[in-house]
Amino acid sequence: MSASQTRSKPKNFILFELLNRLGNNEALIGYLFILPSLIGFIIFFAYPAVRAVYISFLDWNLLTEAKYVGLDNYRTLFHDKRFADSLHVTVLYVLWNIPLQTVLAIFMAVMLERFSTTVSSLMRGIMILPWLLPNVIVALLWLWILDSSIGLMNEFLKVVGIGKQPFMGSPDQAIQSIAAINIWRHVGYTSILIFAGLKTIPKSLYEAAAIDGAGDLMQFRKITLPLLRPVLVFVLVTSIIGSFQVFDTVAVTTRGGPAGSTRVIIYYIYQQVFERRIKMGMATAASVVLFAILITVTIVQMRLLRSGESDLADYQ
Amino acid sequence: MTTTRQAVNIQVSKPIWLRSGRILSYLALLVLLFITLFPFWWVLRTALTRPSSVFSHTSSLMPVNPTTQNFERVLGMIDTEDLVGEGLVTSYMSTATLDFWVFLRNSFIVSSTITLGQTFFSSMAAYAFARIRFPLRDKIFFVYLTGLMIPSIVMFIPNFVFIRQLGWIGTYQGIIAPTFLMTPFAVFFMRQFFLGLNKDLEEAAIIDGATRIGLFWRIALPLVKGPLATLAILTFIGSWNEYLWPLLVGRDKDVRVLTVALGIFREQTPQGSPDWAGLMAGTAVSIVPAIVIFVFFGRKVVDSIQFSGFK
Repeated sequence: MSASQTRSKPKNFILFELLNRLGNNEALIGYLFILPSLIGFIIFFAYPAVRAVYISFLDWNLLTEAKYVGLDNYRTLFHDKRFADSLHVTVLYVLWNIPLQTVLAIFMAVMLERFSTTVSSLMRGIMILPWLLPNVIVALLWLWILDSSIGLMNEFLKVVGIGKQPFMGSPDQAIQSIAAINIWRHVGYTSILIFAGLKTIPKSLYEAAAIDGAGDLMQFRKITLPLLRPVLVFVLVTSIIGSFQVFDTVAVTTRGGPAGSTRVIIYYIYQQVFERRIKMGMATAASVVLFAILITVTIVQMRLLRSGESDLADYQ
Repeated sequence: MTTTRQAVNIQVSKPIWLRSGRILSYLALLVLLFITLFPFWWVLRTALTRPSSVFSHTSSLMPVNPTTQNFERVLGMIDTEDLVGEGLVTSYMSTATLDFWVFLRNSFIVSSTITLGQTFFSSMAAYAFARIRFPLRDKIFFVYLTGLMIPSIVMFIPNFVFIRQLGWIGTYQGIIAPTFLMTPFAVFFMRQFFLGLNKDLEEAAIIDGATRIGLFWRIALPLVKGPLATLAILTFIGSWNEYLWPLLVGRDKDVRVLTVALGIFREQTPQGSPDWAGLMAGTAVSIVPAIVIFVFFGRKVVDSIQFSGFK
């Protein structure tokens, strides 16, 4: 058994030999197959998830003995204005990020379908480029372009006749700027997912609709959108979950500022651990609250979007 | 595609504004191309500009007083102390360097180890969940799936405490361990494909006296080569781009990965007027690995994404 815990390759082959000799005991072999993943799951997923809840009941700064304080951390959390603000900022971020990104992605995907295969596959290749870059790099790049005094965007706005904007320098525009940066990185990726969804819609439906005299817009509303729903549900659920967990861009550009206007939940948690006094209990309590919020949002979405059903049946 | 074309043929007699939609589409395409690609040029143009000129020529589309000095500075090829001595360091310049090769090496070690371990062990488990019968199998798999729902920050803090207790802060193991043996997604993803395999081939092999190991290694695994490559590519990109976890456990210079290094590099530039030329030179060299992935695997990545939406 312990041999499988050793991770080097030659040992694995010895393990295989051993397994071969065990012969036909299916159950035992099954357990041996899942053993490495089970060890990884228990140590780094299951145990820490449970431990997070436990730590959230402690007053603990890592250096001195932990003290059990019951629900105190949660109480403090809900009275902490900075936490309430961070929830507010995060929701604001999601609202600026997701609708715009999804609509743009749908638009791009529909547009791509109109071009020849060569053009569309070339474009999809280029559109994925921003997504390949780490968030950190994307953040740095846009930090420069959106610089309030000498950034390129302000030079451009000057030419167009719009005055200088502070972007990430002002509490009024900071979270929107961060949302825009992440839209730039993700919209191509999202669009490719939706494009794949478009490909699953039977072409005969469009032909029939065209013969019946339905225009492009009508076809989009009556055929494309309803039949795209399974893909849209997948895209929305995953991108909203991801959006609630935004951190990298904030950490590199604004570090929660100015005036806390970009202190999203994960950044709040990060600050509890790595800035000021270390409060492990508060940090994990906040992460548990985030988990509860995500579960709720996901369930509500699944209900609203009737994720289990397919519309294709109505058409056949 | 064919329908759109047919639709267009039908529409030939349609009013001109509908066909001008085509021109609009091309226009939108160009705008899209520009917004996607221009920032890359802007990084390069800034990186090639002399630091003092960055502030005086803010809208020049070409590098001003082109120089490779920023790159040399960032890559540690010239000693910033020398520049101080020659009076070349101005207030526009930070003396921070980026040990690019060291951080690139670290990123590579971390990402490839995670990718190898995770795809291999997750595939093994996925095969068992799809093909081997053993007690509690579906219950265990269901528990794995619940792991898919938990945001990673919930696990990060206790994992940080655990890695710290092990004394693994500032080590490769510390960064790699949590995702080396599995992620729920990897197991779930591969299981779908093992479920889809035709059983006949395996049954024939069993009659021929093949063992389970043989079945997995010689028959099942080669049949899911495509999905396996997909998972590997997605895992590699994901761990290459990861920032928060390595920031928690791997700030030490010996194991610092590229993303963390850039974050720290940014922290070191002066607050008021950052050293943009130096910062963009650092950004430009860090973009290169992504471009390499793009050139060699771009097509594959696009396919992978289209694929991952339809598990």
